[in-house]
Amino acid sequence: MATKHTLTFVLMDAPFESARTTTAFRLLHAALDRGYDVNVFAYEGAVALAFAKQAQHPNAVHGRDVAQEDHPLSKNWIAALMAHARERGADLNWVNCGLCVDERGVGEAIEGVRRGSPADCWKMAQQSNATLVIPTK
Amino acid sequence: MKVLQIVETAYRATTEEQDDTVIWFAHAMRGAGAELGVLLAGNAVNYVTADQDASGLTLGTWRQSQPPTLAQDVASLIRKDVPVYCVKEDLAERGLLEGKLLEGIVLMSRAQMPRLFGEYDQVWRW
Repeated sequence: MATKHTLTFVLMDAPFESARTTTAFRLLHAALDRGYDVNVFAYEGAVALAFAKQAQHPNAVHGRDVAQEDHPLSKNWIAALMAHARERGADLNWVNCGLCVDERGVGEAIEGVRRGSPADCWKMAQQSNATLVIPTK
Repeated sequence: MKVLQIVETAYRATTEEQDDTVIWFAHAMRGAGAELGVLLAGNAVNYVTADQDASGLTLGTWRQSQPPTLAQDVASLIRKDVPVYCVKEDLAERGLLEGKLLEGIVLMSRAQMPRLFGEYDQVWRW
C-alpha cells in the first residue's frame, strides 16, 4: 500500500451524455484539493473525455456566440485538473484504454494523457488506497 | 489484493463490442495476474443461461461475423479460476432458475452478499 494517499477512479461515460461525468470530475477535484494522488482509468466512452479535437460552438437557442457561450469541454477540465494537481503537489495520472481509443478514433488526446490497458488499471488499483468505479448505465 | 466485480447492467453495447465490456475487462486483468471474483446481479444474471445465441445480425450489407458469446465468456472466466456468483432471486424473478445454466456458477441469495463482500478487499460495482 502506498504511503501517500492515492485514489483510483475508473470512468466509463462518454462526454456530454451524463451528469455522472460532472460528478466524477468534482470528485477528482476534491481529491486533488486534499492532496491525494489520483489515478484515472478511462474506459469505453470515457476515453473521449480527453479528445484533443473537442471544440466549442455557438448556441443560437441561448443567443450567444462561441466566446459568449464558452461551452465546457471535458478535455479542458482534465487539463485544468492537471494544473490544479501540480499546484497542490499531487499527481493526476490519466490513462485511456487503448483499444477503446482505437475503436472510437479518438487517439489525439491532450498532453499528459497516456494510453494503457486493463493491466494498468489493475496496477493502479493495487497501488491505491481505494478504487471507485463510475460505470455507464 | 482480491477484488469482486459486480455486473448488474447487462448487454451494454455487447453487439458492438462483441462481448460484455466488464467481463472482457475481468479477463484482461486476470491475464495481468489479478485475483478476481465476479457477481452477476439484476439483468446480468441472463449471462449464465447456457443456450443464448446472439448470432445472425444483419444491417444492410453488413453481417456480424463474430457475435458476442456471453455465456462462453463467463464459462471461460470460471476456467481461469475466477469464481462467478449469481443472485438466485434475480434468476427466479426472470424465470431463469429452471433453465439450463452454466456449470460452475455459484448461486447465492441476496442475504449472502454481505458475507461475500467481506471476502474481498475491494468491491467494484459496474
